[in-house]
Amino acid sequence: MSLRLSGVSYAHPNGQSALQAIDLQVAAGEQLAIIGPSGAGKTTLLRLLSTSLQPVSGSISLLDQQPARLSGRGLRRLRSRIGLIHQSPPLPPRQRVVTAVLAGRLGQWSLLRALLSLCYPVDAAGARQELARLDLADKLFQRCDQLSGGQLQRVGIARTLYQQPDLLLADEPVSAMDPVLADHTLGLLGAVARERGIPLVASLHAVDLALRHFPRVLGLRDGRVLFDKASGEVSQADLADLYANDSLAGAAPTSHSQAGALRPGRC
Amino acid sequence: MIRQSSQWQSRDPAALPRALITLLLIALLWPGLQLAEFRPQVLFNSQNLDTMGRFLAGFWPPALDADFLRLLGKATLETLAMATAGMTLALLLAIPAALLATRALSVSRLLSDRAGVLGQFLRYPVRLLLMVLRSIPEIVWALLFVRAVGLGPTAGVLAIAITYSGMLGKVYAEILESVDPAPARALLLAGSSRLSVFFYGLLPNAAQELTSYTLYRWECAVRASVVMGFVGAGGLGQMIDLSLRMFAGGEVASILMTFLLLVLLADQISLQLRRRLA
Amino acid sequence: MKRAGGNLFILCLLLVAIAASFIWLQLDLSALLTADGRRQMHDYAAAFFPPDTSPAWLLKLWRGALETLAISAIGTLLAALFGALLSLLAAGRMGAAARVVCRLLLNALRSVPELVWAALMVLAAGLGPFAGTLALALHTTGVLGRLFAEALENTPSAPAQALREAGSGRVAAFVYGTLPGVLPQWLSYTLYRWENNIRMAAVLGFVGAGGLGQMLHVTLSLFQQSKAASVILAMLAMVLLVDALSGWIRARLG
Repeated sequence: MSLRLSGVSYAHPNGQSALQAIDLQVAAGEQLAIIGPSGAGKTTLLRLLSTSLQPVSGSISLLDQQPARLSGRGLRRLRSRIGLIHQSPPLPPRQRVVTAVLAGRLGQWSLLRALLSLCYPVDAAGARQELARLDLADKLFQRCDQLSGGQLQRVGIARTLYQQPDLLLADEPVSAMDPVLADHTLGLLGAVARERGIPLVASLHAVDLALRHFPRVLGLRDGRVLFDKASGEVSQADLADLYANDSLAGAAPTSHSQAGALRPGRC
Repeated sequence: MIRQSSQWQSRDPAALPRALITLLLIALLWPGLQLAEFRPQVLFNSQNLDTMGRFLAGFWPPALDADFLRLLGKATLETLAMATAGMTLALLLAIPAALLATRALSVSRLLSDRAGVLGQFLRYPVRLLLMVLRSIPEIVWALLFVRAVGLGPTAGVLAIAITYSGMLGKVYAEILESVDPAPARALLLAGSSRLSVFFYGLLPNAAQELTSYTLYRWECAVRASVVMGFVGAGGLGQMIDLSLRMFAGGEVASILMTFLLLVLLADQISLQLRRRLA
Repeated sequence: MKRAGGNLFILCLLLVAIAASFIWLQLDLSALLTADGRRQMHDYAAAFFPPDTSPAWLLKLWRGALETLAISAIGTLLAALFGALLSLLAAGRMGAAARVVCRLLLNALRSVPELVWAALMVLAAGLGPFAGTLALALHTTGVLGRLFAEALENTPSAPAQALREAGSGRVAAFVYGTLPGVLPQWLSYTLYRWENNIRMAAVLGFVGAGGLGQMLHVTLSLFQQSKAASVILAMLAMVLLVDALSGWIRARLG
């Protein structure tokens, strides 16, 4: 099992509960999409999986290791094997794309190599390769603040791919992209994960994208797992339950996507 | 072939300019270090270490005997008085200069948003004068005045008066130009003299900023007064200079502490006044 | 009304303070205005013109100007390096205790005026430009350290945090994640202080710390006013040039 959560709960520092008693298992090579309404806890779940947060109760096992027991070198090594694609890429605006992408392997490089790479990029060709997959090869030496939102998101993806992790996590990786690009990028992520035989866990706003690209879907609502099924078995009723919003007038959305991908839903 | 072209495309275009700039900086660094006689080992040669060591050892205990404290008190008051008197004289020069130099009172500008040519002939010389006055460091003026009028705070007061009139004049002119010209324009169109335009049209809006800057400058004047003491203009600065020459570490320690307290006090006074008048 | 009354009170206090200052100093400007005094001042001032422009002296001036420039440049450079190091501590990146200590240290360095530092450094390093360089370095470290720390505290920590979560070490995460954000601000502060330090470097010479200031002090002490006049003109020229140059650099950077 690449990933195992047992009874994991998390509460924010102000006491507000974010996740309750989550059980989840993901094997190597599996691809899982997490869907749910805003505030359901998708980002929190992903941050727990990337060891950015510690659970309040329960146990997490990632790549056959327990992050709670690791510290220092061990934790760094585990972290360098886990790649998280952020929704809003944390890239310094004045940094060049090549440096931003190469930063993906900082966990595997010595400090000396990292510093040398600032003077002259050590593996510009490798960065270029990853960017080429995302059609951004020509932006290699441009500054991040010269890119659009969607392009910046792709640079963030390129960085995580360059890291060559053993576990790929993605937090709304295509939220700033147009529908065609989003589709293409998700296809690419799936292909890369399959190629390298690594598990992929992504949270998505657009339900139809999730259902189309991922064989397994997990529905999260109010910090609890509502369902965890193969995407073919997800029913309208499931989705209605998931996205039901009593405070909003009108019926619960069907498989209409929310802000993000703008495909018409199935009738 | 493809591998070649991909390698060529992966060459960093910023590498050459960076390398050139680095070389240039290194080329400038070497003569710079020579000119500055940068030889850290000098700090550690036995003679200097000895001197410094003995001096620092003298810092404790700081001189606290009654006679010395009395001198210290007088010197502090002298420094404060120097700063205040100097600023007052500076104001006397700066205010008329600012009124002459500011474009805010230009009739042509108020009426048509563009300053007339004739007015520039009067304004530019005044601006130039203000620039010259503030470009020469006040301590140079102090040095000159010490030769002319003798040792003591008079030289310091005159030095502050001259330099700070330049600074105050320039900033006052700019502040007046930055406030809303509408009231001034209205008054001018109603037939007021330029002086009335200033008092009733510009001053009310600009008063707070003007006072704020003046108080900030007063703080700076207090510091400058200490520094000018080094060239003989009295106050705390002259005391430190003398004590340093006499190698009296304890006295230097006391004076330094007093100076730090004085600066803190001036900071606070200035802050409180700025808040009250806001 | 109460405020107007309060303000009036403050105004009266100020006027009293001003009057007291003049009285305390026993400012005897009347000496300047007697016929004898005026003649003395006139003679003194007249000796400044014309300023000495002999080639030998101009060469010395050139060398003095370069020395002053070098003092300010090296001093500011040292201050930027040490200030950057101290700012990391002062921004709380290595613990709260270090933060407090560092802030106190930076405050102390800033509060002592450059000239006083120069006088102290002359003791430690002897007369000459090295003392001036050290004095500028010490004072400016305090100023820049504090400014750098503020910039650090205001910069987003998300980039560096994300890198650390991907397994990067602390130093690498700082250099790749935080530094690109603060560096333009740091450079701007450094340039600004360098401008200021060139004026100061000229002045530090008065206590023997080299450069144009030392030349001015010596010539005035020897009553060589015409030579002193050209030193003052050289100082003026340098200040104006640096203002222009720095304005140009700032326009290119920003």
